Amino acid sequence: MAADSTTRDVRVSPHGTGAEPGARVVQVQKSLMSFNDGVAAANRQAFGSTLVLNIVSSPGSGKTALLERTVQGLTPDMSIAIVVGDLETDNDAMRLNAAGAPSVQIATGAVCHLEAEMVARAVDQLDLQDLDVLVIENVGNLVCPAAWDLGEDLRVTMLSVTEGEDKPLKYPRIFKNADAVVVNKIDIAEVVGFDRDRALENVRQVVPNARVFELSARTGEGLDAWLAFLRERRQAKANQPGIAAGAR
Amino acid sequence: MHEIGLVVSMLRMAEESAREDGASRIHAIHLDVGALAGVVPEALEFAFTAARQGTMAEEARLEVTYLPAVAYCHACGAEFEIDNRFGIALCPQCETPSADLRQGRELNLTHLEVA
Repeated sequence: MAADSTTRDVRVSPHGTGAEPGARVVQVQKSLMSFNDGVAAANRQAFGSTLVLNIVSSPGSGKTALLERTVQGLTPDMSIAIVVGDLETDNDAMRLNAAGAPSVQIATGAVCHLEAEMVARAVDQLDLQDLDVLVIENVGNLVCPAAWDLGEDLRVTMLSVTEGEDKPLKYPRIFKNADAVVVNKIDIAEVVGFDRDRALENVRQVVPNARVFELSARTGEGLDAWLAFLRERRQAKANQPGIAAGAR
Repeated sequence: MHEIGLVVSMLRMAEESAREDGASRIHAIHLDVGALAGVVPEALEFAFTAARQGTMAEEARLEVTYLPAVAYCHACGAEFEIDNRFGIALCPQCETPSADLRQGRELNLTHLEVA
């Protein structure tokens, strides 16, 4: 291996450095993510045939607005529930409940992302039986949520036209893992001088295989393709052999 | 600040392993952290100081080995270091781009010193 590593003792203890007399070594060799990944796998099992989305974006890109529209568009014939994470307040859960979907708020306090265990606790308050779609609205943050598997089927990364075309290049990790990319607020794209071609090219560069949806959660433009995609993926999961009949 | 979540997981795993070994105190925790693991050393340090209170690792040292990102070139078989945040670079030997990481995303609790 071409690389060499460096050891740095961060010395957070006022007590001795170097090996303690009488201390012995215990090998662990485990990833710090292994606890979260284990809970995420259990979530995936518990979700059964319910289609589960993990939606991530910057604060203010319109996640909650998109979900209000999504609830309105799907509820005539499908059941949908939402778990929403924010640092504080249950404003979003109240908005989404009003839109017609049972919603559970996770107030993370100081934590900048959702973890699988928080989601496991939140879905305890929901009836997963007979649920078609569960949407997990992550904390608005393009950095930290990238690393945490919640047990979802689809990672949806969203950006809005006011944020600039180079978001995918600046925050590649959260785009790299996306199954779908939503470009929101296209109704004001022209006013804010949004360079559509450049933005789509940047998305393609980071995540060539993601489905891309350009829409306006405010006007409803472009929403049909998004709703059709969710219906199609829910159907595909329900028909998948070997999926536990946790829900339907 | 997702470092706090990581540190809480780390302490939980460390205490579990130490107890299994019949130890009563953890003197040191050794971590491998890859360059592309998305962890800020100062934040890790701060989170550890806060989260270790009341655990078996209350007075433990945190020893971190930082590992550079290393990619494998499928064209010529070379392994080379990547020094950007994107996890993709050109092979210095044959200039073929590669994002096939062989090292750099580690976030591993390797071993403990206990008593």
